[in-house]
Amino acid sequence: MLKTLEQRFRALESSVDFCSLRYVEEETESLAVRQNIPQPVGRSLDRGIMITVMHQGGYGYAATPDLSDAGVTAAFERAKAWALATAHRSVFDYRQIAPPNPTGRYLGPTADQPLNWHRKDLMALLMDESRACQIDERIVDWGANVDRLEVRQLFLTSGGGAVEQHYRAVIPSLSATAFADGDSQTRSLGGQYNGYCRQGGMEVLTQSGLYGAGKRVADEALQLLLAPNCPSGSMDLLLMPSQMMLQIHESIGHPLELDRILGDERNYAGTSFVTLDMFGEYRYGSPLLNVTYDPSRTNEFAAYGWDDDGNAAEKAFLIRDGMLERPLGGAISQARAAAEGKPVQGVANSRSSNWNRAPIDRMANLNVEAGDKTLDELIGGIEHGVLMDTNVSWSIDDSRNKFQFSCEWGQVIENGQLKGVVKNPGYRGISATFWRALKAVGNGTTDDVMGTPYCGKGEPNQVIRVGHASPACVFGNVEVFGGEGA
Amino acid sequence: MSQQQSQQRAHFFALADHVQHRLQAGEGYTLWLEGETSDFVRFNHGLVRQAGQVAQAYLTVRLVYGQKHISQKIVLSGNASDNDAIDGVITDLRAALADVEEDPHLLLATEVQSTESVAANQLPTAEQMVADITDAAAGLDLVGILAVGPVYYGFANQLGQRNWQETASWNFDWSLYSHGDKAVKRGSAGFVWDKHAIRAEIEAARTQAALLGHAPKSLTPGAYRAYLTPAALGEIVSMLNWGGFSEKSMRTKRSPLLRLLSGSAFSELVSMREDTSGGLAPRFQQEGFIKPDHVALIDHGKLSGSLISPRTAREYDVAGNGADGSEAAASFSLLGGELPQADVLKALGTGLYVSNLWYLNYSDRAAGRLTGMTRFACFWVEDGEIVAPLNVMRFDDTLFRILGSELEALTQETTFLADAGSYGGRSSASMNLPGALLRELKLVL
Repeated sequence: MLKTLEQRFRALESSVDFCSLRYVEEETESLAVRQNIPQPVGRSLDRGIMITVMHQGGYGYAATPDLSDAGVTAAFERAKAWALATAHRSVFDYRQIAPPNPTGRYLGPTADQPLNWHRKDLMALLMDESRACQIDERIVDWGANVDRLEVRQLFLTSGGGAVEQHYRAVIPSLSATAFADGDSQTRSLGGQYNGYCRQGGMEVLTQSGLYGAGKRVADEALQLLLAPNCPSGSMDLLLMPSQMMLQIHESIGHPLELDRILGDERNYAGTSFVTLDMFGEYRYGSPLLNVTYDPSRTNEFAAYGWDDDGNAAEKAFLIRDGMLERPLGGAISQARAAAEGKPVQGVANSRSSNWNRAPIDRMANLNVEAGDKTLDELIGGIEHGVLMDTNVSWSIDDSRNKFQFSCEWGQVIENGQLKGVVKNPGYRGISATFWRALKAVGNGTTDDVMGTPYCGKGEPNQVIRVGHASPACVFGNVEVFGGEGA
Repeated sequence: MSQQQSQQRAHFFALADHVQHRLQAGEGYTLWLEGETSDFVRFNHGLVRQAGQVAQAYLTVRLVYGQKHISQKIVLSGNASDNDAIDGVITDLRAALADVEEDPHLLLATEVQSTESVAANQLPTAEQMVADITDAAAGLDLVGILAVGPVYYGFANQLGQRNWQETASWNFDWSLYSHGDKAVKRGSAGFVWDKHAIRAEIEAARTQAALLGHAPKSLTPGAYRAYLTPAALGEIVSMLNWGGFSEKSMRTKRSPLLRLLSGSAFSELVSMREDTSGGLAPRFQQEGFIKPDHVALIDHGKLSGSLISPRTAREYDVAGNGADGSEAAASFSLLGGELPQADVLKALGTGLYVSNLWYLNYSDRAAGRLTGMTRFACFWVEDGEIVAPLNVMRFDDTLFRILGSELEALTQETTFLADAGSYGGRSSASMNLPGALLRELKLVL
């Protein structure tokens, strides 16, 4: 089918400055057991194309699931019409960029092998873990899920570019809710809105700890139910990777998106406290902070070979030794910044959520590089603080500065020792100063690969997959708080 | 009805007939269609950033055999190849049914209730609308999105029930920036385009944006009197609607309104309902049930109902009320109060005028405590007069204070807010809300 599609694209009239076709096919299946009852199996097969035309300085696109000759031609004509209609009303003259014409093929982990997806066996596994959650009558709700995702993409350009990409993911999740005396506490495996998001095959189930998670997660939900609220005050904060992913995402990833800096998102996702003149000059964090865009870490959720504008993806430092170096900005945004007289070097992160949404600047794999401390050393270095694990709540202002985050699980740290469990742990701060309070960074043994399928942004709205790998990290003098009545 | 719209409807009904003829003994089916042909145009600095068109039609095919069922969502091409695609789906689902156990919570409509609602397309071309906007916004820092075109929903089952809803609408969601992060936020939607009205709205926003040029005021954390516009209150209501009124969430102790179940109450001023008859969302849902005109949720501060999907109805052996699987209100309504809109500033006296809130989330869900940020044109008011724009502040407070002990008044007038969201597809959700005057709102950062 892809060959036929390429023939249809190549047969289009070549009367425009540039034209591309992006085909995306996504196949999913979701298996779930809730309260020991198998839930309905849901499957989906989605596929379609987006034709993009740059012509006479304008930019237009058209997306259709009709892959016939007539469908491809109609999409091209509509995209061309939009390019012409907006050529003299555009925020940017697209003649100022030379789109790439890449060729090649990218395969994610195990994508060249059949997936060992046995529905009955997996349902039996989920049933086992579900039953294992039922350890106490105060566990009032529980469930386990596993999803699979298979993505195939084709990108063609009028200049002869042709790229195929194929990757897959297997995503487990499990949660248990405990309730008594008016309070409710939910504990999960990696996050209630997915956290163990990785590319790869069935090996991800073992890596995530799904096997045996039911009893542990339910037991931790009960512990939280019985625990006191997290203490309030200024103290050291040890964030585990399942919360670091959120911290990185909200207060480094989004503020560094170049399209936000250029103002595109001001009506919806927001702007940024970062400005174009800060790159190369601004101290974002302490000298311990090293942040990379790393599409080459192949088991992360957003690993790929080329972005959706056809630019080759390579690892790059965005923040090195605490100093801000690069934004998360694709080729078009970089050209727009240059047109404003402030050139910056970005990365290949122009991405779309599907065939029916146009590429914009998105996070991909955005990681904190490992440091040199073991987890024991991180804990041992804290006189008075709290460990927080697994994000449950996130809120940040539209400039990505004032934030407030909460976790499922907290543990007090006193005099270098882990003490009791605390519930409703939360903290608030300001991005521009928070990262400068980074006191210690864990080594590779504290590192974990996390991600989310639910990064929302863009007009029209797009929810996209991103990956975040991070070690555990310690921050000093953070405003910490607990739940209502604390 | 336009020719294109007629084609979508005819195509869906033909597919339903096609599926009907592919059934084997004992099998049933449901079809659920969500489709649109939308032109999306992004604006920045009063000019076009990205313009394009998306045509999509997602069909969920559910094959049923007794209490066994399995479903697959596919995208339709809109041509004859869809018949072959559906044949393949049915074959796959039939084979997969062997792996599926009986579902004790499956509940499908058995009473045939066919409905049809089609509004004629009265819109000009999207290109003309863009020209109207960019002409009106010339020289202004306008940013936002125009979404325009037909949106349609369909349902069918083996009993012969057929439902169809189709409208052609526009939604223009935008902000006018003064400087930095200071902007006036606006949004409007409709079925008829009036370029003069759009020009007048942009001009009015320009006048209001001038107020943002004054030196901003930074507040310290503490408790302040506050007025929340309908748009700001809508953000709080959206959080409340995230599992709050779901019967399943209440049963599984995940609702942020747990305290309402144990005797707590909101202010007597608060009466909320799912108002399907006053909204834009379809009156039918994925299992084929028809939604009632209204579902009372809060009556004078007290919990009076919940949203119950067919699945939850079967699980907990209660009567359903046609809620979608999410059990969230799609056409939310909060009844107005006694405060005339014209008297809001005077009634506020000294405090915050909050035009918009942003990025809310729960800081303690079980306690109904939530946090979020002020955004866009928020002002400090003294003695009933706007004094200065505010720099953004974070609030952290409970639903039971905001809609309970601290709620002083609701405005008489309500505002209809059509959701501009488009994750996966254009939203048909809406809210109809008054403004809210609060004795106190806790700011923390």
